[in-house]
Amino acid sequence: MSSPSIEPASAAFSGFNAPLASRALVVLIHDEVTKVGFQRALIGLSGGIDSAVVAFLAAQALGPRNTFCVMMPYRTSTPASVRDAEAVIQTLGVEGLKIDISPMVDAYLETSPGTDRIRSGNVMARVRMMVLFDQSAAHQALVLGTSNKTELLVGYGTLFGDMASAVAPIGDLYKTEVRSLAKHLGVPSSILEKPPTADLWEGQSDEAELGLTYDELDRILVEVVDKRIPLDEMSERGFDPSQVERVMNMIRSTQFKRRSPIIPKISTRSVNHDFLYKRDWGK
Amino acid sequence: MKFQIALAQIKPLLGDIKKNLEIHLDFIHRAADQGADLVVFPELSLTGYYLEDLAPDVALEPGRSAVLDTIKGVTDQRRIDVVCGFVEVAPDYRFFNSAGYLSGGEIVHIHRKVYLPTYGMFDEGRFLAAGDVIRAFDNRFGRMGLLICEDLWHPSTLYLMAHDDAQVLLAVSAGPGRGLRREEKFGSMYAWEAITRSAAQAYMLYVAYVNRTGTEDGVIFSGGSELINPFGQGLVKARELDEDLCIGEIDMLEIRRARTLYPLLRDERLDLTLRELKRIYRKRYQLD
Repeated sequence: MSSPSIEPASAAFSGFNAPLASRALVVLIHDEVTKVGFQRALIGLSGGIDSAVVAFLAAQALGPRNTFCVMMPYRTSTPASVRDAEAVIQTLGVEGLKIDISPMVDAYLETSPGTDRIRSGNVMARVRMMVLFDQSAAHQALVLGTSNKTELLVGYGTLFGDMASAVAPIGDLYKTEVRSLAKHLGVPSSILEKPPTADLWEGQSDEAELGLTYDELDRILVEVVDKRIPLDEMSERGFDPSQVERVMNMIRSTQFKRRSPIIPKISTRSVNHDFLYKRDWGK
Repeated sequence: MKFQIALAQIKPLLGDIKKNLEIHLDFIHRAADQGADLVVFPELSLTGYYLEDLAPDVALEPGRSAVLDTIKGVTDQRRIDVVCGFVEVAPDYRFFNSAGYLSGGEIVHIHRKVYLPTYGMFDEGRFLAAGDVIRAFDNRFGRMGLLICEDLWHPSTLYLMAHDDAQVLLAVSAGPGRGLRREEKFGSMYAWEAITRSAAQAYMLYVAYVNRTGTEDGVIFSGGSELINPFGQGLVKARELDEDLCIGEIDMLEIRRARTLYPLLRDERLDLTLRELKRIYRKRYQLD
């Protein structure tokens, strides 16, 4: 544990303006969905807080009728996850769809015996991605991602799995801020209160896997990422150097997840190097 | 002299000049219908902001641009002056982030953005050339200064405009909203309010601040355009985070009143400023 002189993340983020964040994100979701010529958005709803927040924002931005929530349980998923996801669908009155991914996942896993739980978890995340993008085409609905800033920075996500989306509305909000936004939006309390989990295997816990609580992570991240505090000053500020080092290693070792694939520079004008146009080109 | 100024807080499309021209014409006609004499659009209003490699593709040659000719035509037909933003290509093929003042079928003045932000979320200096002139200009209402976004964050530009006798400062921007901690609104909007108010109050002139809205690749332009009087008080303010058209009145007598009460410009020691600047200049560049 770090020294008691550091305020908990909930206090460090106490000035976070959830109503304004919500307003800005509603504007952004509406803008991005309509810019590409869609009316609807599609969200993979896990029963956790991140996807619930994105569903609430999308329902405000586009209306409940234009918000599709897809539940994609695997046979080992906690029943409580589906119940919580159903509560979100019911509260918002959005369109809900349940697709059991067990047959798809198992069909692959049978061809590859001895797959450990990390690999199996990644397969599940990528099957969910496949389902979401297919449903996106079926419903003409833009896939909204549910990654938050904490996960993105420490690379706690499956590349081309849950990290895949067209727009990631809460990608610049730390977990602590997502919690604050969830309260503001009225996300059901059963979702607010449960411990965060990717629910890829029984008893999985984000914080146990990461080795730090979100509270600890967010306090460190906001210092080194947002405030650009030099690492050697972190211990003066009361942070445990080994924890800071651990977080920095997570950030560095997962940078590849936050970037496009490397393309060798051969020609005079190359994708990813000097062919520079925004995604919103012409929109 | 009194006149009505419209703040056209639009949401331009990135790189689609044709559609942006339609938006301009719509706002110009609406402003004219509501009695505006001058309508001000934000920075790069005809092109969108994050142009990157699109900059040369959307660049206009002011003397030979059908788009600007169309707007010039409307200024004549509707007797309304227009300030709009675009990429200007110079005869030597430098590309500038420019804003033009159009009136009576003519381009009266063009300002080329001097300070191109090239840090953090901004990358203008990579794609655009920097202007090197800060100068007020005359139009049918009086004398005005036209500055673009980052220009205003350099107080020297305001000082120069004020002492070049600008009575109205037209400040156009594409300001992204950012910073949500311990704030009632985006932190960046507090900064704009501070800069525009202090400019108006320090130099006893009107400031017409026009910021864009809409989003580009996740960046949310925050709007909040505002007309500020020579006492530093807000007169009309546009909505945040949405398109808006709001109209306020500029009364040139207010400038006289402010400058009579606070003769700060009269008392300014240009000779002293210049002398000290010369000394600092020689020191900075090690000329002695």
